Amino acid sequence: MSGILASMIDGVLIGAVYGLAAMGLSLIWGVMDVINLTHGAVIALGMFGMYILFAAFPINAYFLLLPVIAAGLLLGLIIYWTSVHWVINRPQLASLLSTFAVNMIIIGIGTAIWSTSPYNVNFTLRGITIGAYTFTGNHMAAASAAVVIALALEVFLYRTRPGKAIRAVADNREAAELMGISSTMVLALAFAIGIALAAASGALVSTLFPFTILSGAGYQMKSFVVTVLAGLGKPFGALVAGVLLGLLEGAVTPFIAVSWIPMIEFGLFVVVLVAFPRGIFGRATA
Amino acid sequence: MKRLTLILSVLLALFVTSGFAQNITVGMTVSKTGALNVDSLEQYRGFELWRDQVNAAGGIKAGGKNYKIQFVSYDDESNVKRVQQLYSRMILQDNADFLFSPYSSSLTATAAIVTEQYGKIMLTTGAAEGKTYTLGNHYLFQMFAPATEYLKGVLDALKTKDPKATVAFVYEDASFSNAVVDPAKAYAQQIGINVVFSERYAPNTTDFSAIIDKVIASKATVLLGGGHYADGSTLAKQLYEHKVPLKMISLLVAPDSDKWTELGDAAAGVIVPSQWEPQTAFKAQYGPSGADFAKTYTAKYSTPPSYESAGGYAAGLVLQRAIEQAGGTDTPKVADALNKTDITTFYGRTKFSTAANDHGLQVGHAMVMAQWQKDKSGTLVKQVVWPLAAKSANLVYPLH
Repeated sequence: MSGILASMIDGVLIGAVYGLAAMGLSLIWGVMDVINLTHGAVIALGMFGMYILFAAFPINAYFLLLPVIAAGLLLGLIIYWTSVHWVINRPQLASLLSTFAVNMIIIGIGTAIWSTSPYNVNFTLRGITIGAYTFTGNHMAAASAAVVIALALEVFLYRTRPGKAIRAVADNREAAELMGISSTMVLALAFAIGIALAAASGALVSTLFPFTILSGAGYQMKSFVVTVLAGLGKPFGALVAGVLLGLLEGAVTPFIAVSWIPMIEFGLFVVVLVAFPRGIFGRATA
Repeated sequence: MKRLTLILSVLLALFVTSGFAQNITVGMTVSKTGALNVDSLEQYRGFELWRDQVNAAGGIKAGGKNYKIQFVSYDDESNVKRVQQLYSRMILQDNADFLFSPYSSSLTATAAIVTEQYGKIMLTTGAAEGKTYTLGNHYLFQMFAPATEYLKGVLDALKTKDPKATVAFVYEDASFSNAVVDPAKAYAQQIGINVVFSERYAPNTTDFSAIIDKVIASKATVLLGGGHYADGSTLAKQLYEHKVPLKMISLLVAPDSDKWTELGDAAAGVIVPSQWEPQTAFKAQYGPSGADFAKTYTAKYSTPPSYESAGGYAAGLVLQRAIEQAGGTDTPKVADALNKTDITTFYGRTKFSTAANDHGLQVGHAMVMAQWQKDKSGTLVKQVVWPLAAKSANLVYPLH
């Protein structure tokens, strides 16, 4: 197997996790017009959530995603009712600052509890070896879990009443309210789902790499790139864009030093913003 | 009246004793948090054990006085900016008489600017980069053998075992690892070892997949590099998970820690260039023997000392001896005593360059190469494998 192909497969596997992380950001941004700056901190909390659960219940770590998602939903509701609901109708800067403050609170508490030292989830699944290259079981499981969660969200948004309500509120909040939808409840639900997705992606990352309470920041930046690539309010598009970003990383790394990757990613970010302001998947629904 | 006499005598006693018992304040920052915390904590334990033992023995005796050691230390968060603030604070507000360096070359380079600016002596340990000593400093003294020495032994061993080996350098983009690898590449070329791949990674890297794919594509048989604990342990783990068929892996710093065994099978066979190992038996002219140091350290901290711990303790010993020789804490006199130092402690020989172009650089200390090997019971044990004269076991080569 050629090195480029191996690198691209590795890129796609990690790209699916980037995509899942971005879905949460995209959903909240698209539905509520809120740029959620707690995103990175919640990803880090997802990592520590997995760490704590795995320490208590050393079973297959991927089964522990369910309690992490449940805790993420609860945390999302708490953040929404304490710091987002009251500023949602004010200019966008208010929610930006409010979520930034929550981000700092989470990181502050996290640093006090866990310091900024690295932690590991010591769980390993058998990988697959093709020629000289081995693809780790954890990468494949994390990518598969990301796709399953993304599909579940897609089914929820398009096939269930609360999901349809979220899309209706995203399209036109006033019209949705006239149809009897409680937009407040829907916004709280959308925010909670966005936070749960971020926590789930953090939990998946924790099974791949060591992490600290500050690790979410890097994934938050990638989430912004992916969200802009996909266009706002297109959660499933975010997954596809995440995979594409991973594929791009995998395709270029054999030819350049890895330290150049952020430059390429953010170069792409600017190009997409300028040339495709609604993302590469066309018109945004928000 | 009785009460007044009692108060007066207590006050008098306090006054008299304070006249005799003096304190020396030694300042240092510790990376209690952040990427450097594992190695930094081990270094600090070395300082701490030295202080406790000196104080328990009545302090440093110099010029007819007894000096007790007190520390002032802060968490630098593995962060250069904090180091700059905190070294200024320790000198200006806490009135530190002497300073020990933080852990790592980059933090130490920053601390050195501050200590030199205020004319304070700093013994550096856990900091091997040599460039800092070429800047015309007068009060900076290095305990570690400089970075240029780190990979010489590994390359010499490779030349002996497998001169046709192909080497990949994968290393942290930080001042220490750059200072180690740049001369190592030149040395490899000089002795005819083929370098087929070289790439630096950002200090906070956690995903090495892309670099590992490139190492495999380069068909390298040996990987040399690493940086510090967080990145080095992650790199070793991922090399193992990706089943990269390497004959030798040598990483900087990380495998020296006892925590390394937490990596399980990924830890086995990995080599670390080391400043000191408990097996290296130097005949100490001053201070405890290596065995005594290792025993008291292990008893206090329930873990064996790493070379960072040994460097910390030895820095204390060398400072203590210089204060004794200077007959007090006067900075120029102690600096003069340090310039004249040429001593063997449990840690090995210590001698500082007094040349104007690299004043304070360590020129006496020699390094060894340690490898994690499984003993008969399957337990991971760190063995000295190079130089051959100091070995406690044979080098395991190839790994696969």
